[in-house]
Amino acid sequence: MTPALEVIAPGVHTTVQDRGRVGFQDIGVPTSGPLDRMSLRLANALVGNDAGTEALELLVQGPTLRVLAGSVRVALVGCNASLEIRTPVPRQIPAGQSVKLARGEVFRVGALGDSLCAYLAIEGGLAVSTVLGSASTYVRGAIGGLHGRRLQRGDTIPLKLDSAAERRERTLATPLELALDQTIRVVMGPQAEYFTDAGVRTFFSSEYVVSHHADRMGYRLEGPTIEHAKGYNIVSDGIVTGSIQVPGSGKPIVLMVDNQSTGGYPKIATVISADIPVVGRRRPGRTVRFAAIDVLEAERARKRQEAAIVEMVQAIADAG
Amino acid sequence: MSARFLAAGDTAVVVEFGDRIDREVSDRVLSLSARVRAVSIPGVLETVPTYRSLLVHHDPLLTDSASVIAALESLLHAQAAVGADSKLWTIPACYHETHAPDLAEVAQRTQLSVAEVVRQHAETCYHVYMIGFAPGFAYLGDLPQALNLPRRIDPRVKVPAGSIAIAAAMTAIYPVESPGGWHLIGATPLRMFDLRSSHPALLSAGDKVRFEPITPAKFDRIRAAVAADAYDVTYERFAA
Repeated sequence: MTPALEVIAPGVHTTVQDRGRVGFQDIGVPTSGPLDRMSLRLANALVGNDAGTEALELLVQGPTLRVLAGSVRVALVGCNASLEIRTPVPRQIPAGQSVKLARGEVFRVGALGDSLCAYLAIEGGLAVSTVLGSASTYVRGAIGGLHGRRLQRGDTIPLKLDSAAERRERTLATPLELALDQTIRVVMGPQAEYFTDAGVRTFFSSEYVVSHHADRMGYRLEGPTIEHAKGYNIVSDGIVTGSIQVPGSGKPIVLMVDNQSTGGYPKIATVISADIPVVGRRRPGRTVRFAAIDVLEAERARKRQEAAIVEMVQAIADAG
Repeated sequence: MSARFLAAGDTAVVVEFGDRIDREVSDRVLSLSARVRAVSIPGVLETVPTYRSLLVHHDPLLTDSASVIAALESLLHAQAAVGADSKLWTIPACYHETHAPDLAEVAQRTQLSVAEVVRQHAETCYHVYMIGFAPGFAYLGDLPQALNLPRRIDPRVKVPAGSIAIAAAMTAIYPVESPGGWHLIGATPLRMFDLRSSHPALLSAGDKVRFEPITPAKFDRIRAAVAADAYDVTYERFAA
């Protein structure tokens, strides 16, 4: 029998994601990949996987899964919730620690708590085929992952390994800082001149709230209206993950990892790449404030973050 | 008209050639895109040509914006034009009412006969400005002036794959079933987006497209052949 995880309950929106799909935005296929690449990377490191190995991305509430393999090693990162093992011996494993489960064991990740997203990595990875070079799921395009969609009850997720390696479990030396109140740093533009000075001031002085229209494509924010200077239509141009569009409503939308590749609304600013995972974790109801920095500072912030992640991976130690 | 560099955060640079839909602007965008692909700049991941600008994505851990801009500037000043390998496609199009739910209304609103709308649509050779909105969705222009209509007030929740549609100065073929606000004036039996292919979108920015009117019977025959992977779409190569 192929080693697998059986989906007893799928969770709210559980998908397979790896580092993403590069090279097809010119034909309208987004990169997809994780909302929070830091957590995906740390989860993979805890189970001994390469950084870009495909894993499960959980949004809001995680799945309930049964082990249909000799054994599996899993790790959860990105939230304050625990992995709850139900049978045969009920126990809880906190996020940021690996655990080995035997055939037939049932485990679940309940509500993620403060964070919108978390990652469940499985030692060896998932045996799903890649589409256009990536296993990442792009649900709107029915591309990648398991059948191009989010998990459903009754699915079986094929695994690459039938049994987990014999070794000590590992833990993060310090938990990942979720930065749920951190100010989000942006670089102005590319269409900042489509907004009045008052509009730009509103954008930076206001507290916005993540609305319920928040998904992998983009997070719509509620809050004060940003004033346009010359209409809200531009001749369509390219969009990046982090582009902040302001449509006619004057309410900003932060485009995320399933963003469409082009669009016709002016973009007041762009979230820096270091802060994409920080935005990614903000669930509906959480607040967002923005601050402007320049490209050089943004590049330095990303390099510092990379160094910090490398340090966290190196500091992973045997669990006590 | 000179190019402008705009920041799109720390992972991409926009090279903007203008702020309107214009063939000359589009040609400059596509020419730079072809050059970037031909030389491969270190750290640059991919380019996305749009109507009036080129978006150049890079990995901020492998390079930085200043280096990417410097490389792009030298490409802009390079004399040698890179001839993009472009294709002129002939797309079979059925304009019969069974495949064209909005054709009669378009005729009425443009004060043309149905036959005249079809003639004007099918007689034009279109330029693929860009692909966006959805995987494989190509913006083709320019539509003859007489056919320009604003989008439908009531967008459809489901537009069938293969629908040929018009809105403003553009025409398009819906590659997969999706919501849509354009006027549906025909349909093609071809598969415009196929994930089994290493190049899944039939059309690329810079290609040219002509529509060849077909009967509903021929539509059905071609669709059956496409389903059986027994249909070759015809195209000619040309140097852009």
